[in-house]
Amino acid sequence: MLLTITIDVVKALIVIIFLMAAFGYMTLIERKLLGRFQFRPGPNRVGPKGILQPLADGVKLLLKEEIIPQGVDRFIFIFAPLISLLAALLAFAVIPFGPNVHLFGRTIPLEIAGPNLGLLYVFAIASLGVYGLILAGWASQNKYGLLGGLRSSAQIISYELAMGLSVVGILIFAGSASLNVIVAAQENVWFIFPQIIGFAIYLICAVAETNRAPFDLPEAEQEIVAGYHTEYTGMKFAMFFMAEYINMVTVSALATTLFLGGWHGPAFLPGVAWFLIKVALFLFLFIWIRATLPRIRYDKLMGFGWKILLPVALVNALGTAAWVAMIK
Amino acid sequence: MTIPLVDFLGLSAILFAIGAVGVLVRKNPLIMFMSVEIMWNAVNLTFAAFARHWVNMAGHIFVFIVVTVAAAEVAIGLIIVVFVFRQRERLDVDELSSMKG
Amino acid sequence: MLANVIFWIAAVIAVAMAVTVVAAKRPMHAVVALVANFVMLGVLFLLLHAEFLAIIEVIVYAGAVVVLFLFVVALLLTGVSAPREDEGPKLLAQTPLAIILGAAILCLAGFAVAINLTLGPTPGVPEAFGSITLFGEELFTTYLLPFELTALVLLVAVIGVVFLARERH
Repeated sequence: MLLTITIDVVKALIVIIFLMAAFGYMTLIERKLLGRFQFRPGPNRVGPKGILQPLADGVKLLLKEEIIPQGVDRFIFIFAPLISLLAALLAFAVIPFGPNVHLFGRTIPLEIAGPNLGLLYVFAIASLGVYGLILAGWASQNKYGLLGGLRSSAQIISYELAMGLSVVGILIFAGSASLNVIVAAQENVWFIFPQIIGFAIYLICAVAETNRAPFDLPEAEQEIVAGYHTEYTGMKFAMFFMAEYINMVTVSALATTLFLGGWHGPAFLPGVAWFLIKVALFLFLFIWIRATLPRIRYDKLMGFGWKILLPVALVNALGTAAWVAMIK
Repeated sequence: MTIPLVDFLGLSAILFAIGAVGVLVRKNPLIMFMSVEIMWNAVNLTFAAFARHWVNMAGHIFVFIVVTVAAAEVAIGLIIVVFVFRQRERLDVDELSSMKG
Repeated sequence: MLANVIFWIAAVIAVAMAVTVVAAKRPMHAVVALVANFVMLGVLFLLLHAEFLAIIEVIVYAGAVVVLFLFVVALLLTGVSAPREDEGPKLLAQTPLAIILGAAILCLAGFAVAINLTLGPTPGVPEAFGSITLFGEELFTTYLLPFELTALVLLVAVIGVVFLARERH
């Protein structure tokens, strides 16, 4: 019993360290890639080719002055970024990042937890993550903050629906909501091929869920100052920043688990390596989309989510159900 | 060693009583609504506890229905609160007594 | 053993958060306490082998219904404190009477449990109890009519909200 707990704690630590390191280097990779997309080199002064830039950013954020505006609700002001970061980290707990490992005579599954409702757990945590945004926006006592927070959370709630529906096809194919079973069911053919519409919807919703361009009006610098994190400085801002990038990693990891076969791949690389390659592919896609597409206006964004994505996801779910029922 | 049913029933009774006191004491309609939500949740806990005790899924189905109806009710109730606030700029149920008598 | 510890922690936090909802001076604190209460109830559902209910509780209640409350509180009560409520005169001895009534409800519930306490030991549960497959089977076969009526209730609620929130000229 104690050994099981120790193994779980070690796995959790490995995942958290991986996510923090991924956050650090994602900031650097994003800036360098955006630079390359825009015909400039990106940050390249700190360390060779700018590799030590995340360390410099981290030190800067830690040493910045922590400003708490006068007249805010202190408890909620300080608590909100914590909720965002917590939700971002917790969602990764059910994602399998490799095949079972055999160590010390025990079979250790490479995931922190494998509940029967793993997929729904991720959506539950995503619903809880919305609170960080609204509470931050309200607690800032700032009109830009409140408006940004409300817009951001309304956007996330709306796209959560289409996202949930888009994976119903996966549930029907795999027969279970456990992410282990879903990965195991993709041994022969990855689910992206029969569920290409679901994949497209999931990808669009994933970009909207993480408040990334082109759906980043709630935090666009040109329109709304910085939306819900206008009044945040120093470590609290860093927590929001972390939450956003870790959300990106989680959503990419979920996409590879659901659609690209998780850690499956030809045997010349270990499963974990294939998993990381596929996640990196999705992260590159996120950055590429940010560099290429213009920002979408808020009412068009909401209209798109409700009037187009939701019906298409529903039709996809019904069509998949009908098709599976017919061939069984 | 499974948790005895009485513990869950006791917790559920305490939550229900707290919710009831909340509805009776507060005058802000939003907080009254939240207290009613606590009461609904206490009832859900009772249903789930009995479903576990008698190994019958009917309790779970009932919880599902209670959650759904509660969500619908909250949506309509909140919009009514917003309308009242727009008219009066105050959130106080004791003032909504124009139909008294 | 571990289940008992988790039960007591979750129960204490749930009760503390419920008291905070009822007694908080600022509505925003009440909303945050409500979320914590619902998450603790989700944990309690997990202890009762009701895994689908736990997820439903977090997704629907803590993740959507309380967000509705949060929107309304954030938009209507943009000041940090709540100067517009609980200021008027309360009925005579309202708070003590309410607490007495609450205690009476508690005693009533305790009495109901005590006289019916011929419950016997809790049996073990099959592996699939509370799972989404069993829940779906029951919902769509034995309880199909209540399910459809619930869908109708939701439809009526959606129509009501859309109608009430329309643009007026």
